[in-house]
Amino acid sequence: MARQANRKEAMAADRRAQAEARLGATPMPAASGWSAAPRQEALSRVVEMGLPHRRDEYWKFTDPTTLSQPEPVEAATFDPQESLIFGAVDRLHLTFVDGVFDAEASDSLEGEGIEIARLSEAESADIHWAQGLYGTLEARGQSPVARPLAALNTALAADGILIRATQKVRKPVHITYLHQQTASDAMLHHVVKVEPGAELTLLENGPAAARFNKVLEVDVADTGAFHHIRAQGRDHQRRAVSHIFARLGEESTFKSFTLTVNGVLTRNEAVIEFTGDNATAHIAGACLGDGTFHHDDTVFITHDAVNCESRQVFKKVLRNGAKGVFQGKILVKEGAQKTDGYQISQSLLLDDDSQFLAKPELEIYADDVACSHGSTTGAIDEDALFYLLSRGIPRKEAQSLLVLAFVAEAIEEIENKDLAGELTERLAAWLQRHSG
Amino acid sequence: MLEIKNLHVKLEEEDKQILKGVDLTVETGKVHAIMGPNGSGKSTLSYVLAGREGYEVTEGSAVMDGVDLLDLETEERAAEGLFLAFQYPVEIPGVSNMTFLRTAVNAQRKARGEDEMSATDFLKEVRAKAKSLKIDAEMLKRPVNMGFSGGEKKRNEILQMAMLAPKMCVLDETDSGLDVDAMKLVADGVNALRSEGRSFLVITHYQRLLDHIKPDVVHIMADGRIVKMGGPDLALEVEHNGYADILAEMA
Repeated sequence: MARQANRKEAMAADRRAQAEARLGATPMPAASGWSAAPRQEALSRVVEMGLPHRRDEYWKFTDPTTLSQPEPVEAATFDPQESLIFGAVDRLHLTFVDGVFDAEASDSLEGEGIEIARLSEAESADIHWAQGLYGTLEARGQSPVARPLAALNTALAADGILIRATQKVRKPVHITYLHQQTASDAMLHHVVKVEPGAELTLLENGPAAARFNKVLEVDVADTGAFHHIRAQGRDHQRRAVSHIFARLGEESTFKSFTLTVNGVLTRNEAVIEFTGDNATAHIAGACLGDGTFHHDDTVFITHDAVNCESRQVFKKVLRNGAKGVFQGKILVKEGAQKTDGYQISQSLLLDDDSQFLAKPELEIYADDVACSHGSTTGAIDEDALFYLLSRGIPRKEAQSLLVLAFVAEAIEEIENKDLAGELTERLAAWLQRHSG
Repeated sequence: MLEIKNLHVKLEEEDKQILKGVDLTVETGKVHAIMGPNGSGKSTLSYVLAGREGYEVTEGSAVMDGVDLLDLETEERAAEGLFLAFQYPVEIPGVSNMTFLRTAVNAQRKARGEDEMSATDFLKEVRAKAKSLKIDAEMLKRPVNMGFSGGEKKRNEILQMAMLAPKMCVLDETDSGLDVDAMKLVADGVNALRSEGRSFLVITHYQRLLDHIKPDVVHIMADGRIVKMGGPDLALEVEHNGYADILAEMA
């Protein structure tokens, strides 16, 4: 027993040392205003929790070493040689280069129906609307499962965008993350507040840095609506961990879609909490991976209100040894009656070397709910392929059609059909490049 | 148009001989029918002509208009003008019927060095052809064959045939699973496509389809070979006496 206790203690000490080394590698912004307290609290959480380790149950399928370690692994930059996605949309466009705001390449921070500011500029003030949200939703999301990399972000994030929508905002806010330095380590923390009856669309794209740690906290008030569409950049060697923490009020709507192509390591976590009745949350993702590609979608949805609908739709297309992970949980708390929870995660493996690991979970403490989940892994349907070939469609094109058809269910989750169409075009182009 | 000589085919996985020397010639503009009992190799012949995987040709040839089909990939055979109407058309979730048709039409045109069809021309043509087959606009928008009835699936095959305008059409048990009215509709669709430059090979188990699609020549297939050939009357003989008499005659 004593020996075991010693071992445990040694491990805890290891963890602390690891966390302290990581904290030491990135300077903490000298916040003197409203953000000082939440940053300090987050710092304590990191020290207390320690950073993710591959022995952690929550990281069983994804090795967090390169995300936790003090220095980032270098990643070659990559020129996608294609036009900027969402570039044709009438939007408010902001640009970060290796995690640093690029004012030259950004629109001015103002828009109809929104208050918008950079975290680094707003946090010197004594009071701000983001106070009480910054780090707060992240902290709520630390239980029952610890997410130390998000707490690390709250403590150390160099910058971020704070957006408050006070009406139905016509122009989406679009944030582009460029990656230009091979050893960049970026940490950004955004806060979005959608006021009652207001509506906001956030678009994000780009690889951001060699290593990117991003947190997005979203507070959707009663009858508010938030739409989020993200395309994670095509850099082959980039690594990223992202967290979305969302809190949903009564009759509110939250919809998020992520397209991921390439990247050596991506972990996208979404932690969504229903606090008001009759709300809706859809979270979807499609990823295409070729070769040294590891993609992990980890979702945790908590139903703590009546008659809410949650939907998770994740599709992964993997080839040449690419690896996909899905961990999705629906927690229905006592009293959260009439919950409608749906979860599907599917992978299409284009060869025998690729791998899909799924851990779907339901935990239900209410008796009048409808929850379903499904997970499948399969190859291209040979009968369908032959049918297409027999009509004269060349093999590559036929395969692309079938892959796009597979991914379509996730893309259909996007309400804006123009944006969905643009993502489908990018997917088709990727398939063109990665076939044969 | 189509010349099959001494065609021997076995299943790749089981080492089982299915076709044991098929000889068959379909002249340009003619309709030939193949009848035969279950397991005689009729469907295998259609799959081998279309180039389905899993079959190995051990001997013989199949030449269409001077082109050796067996040398070509499935999609190349289609571009050369071969069309197989499936006994069991495949459902493809996520791909709309319209996208499928348009991709196929343009892929074939491209393979033949022709310009792609404009979206408007394509739409006009597909609507007109669908209408004559009683395929409504809703069916064109739905994913390929998803939620289609048996009759709708077969009509959809004929619509594809009409859009692709092949020169050699192979119909594999197109009558299976159809009631009399549905069969009539499909047969009308096929008859409308009969022309001087187009040949048909109609594979069927029963004579009744041949009441509607009148063949020029009827072949009887049994145990992997063509065992008898004759005019339309041969189909009637089968209808009245069954296959047993003919097979006994051969033995």
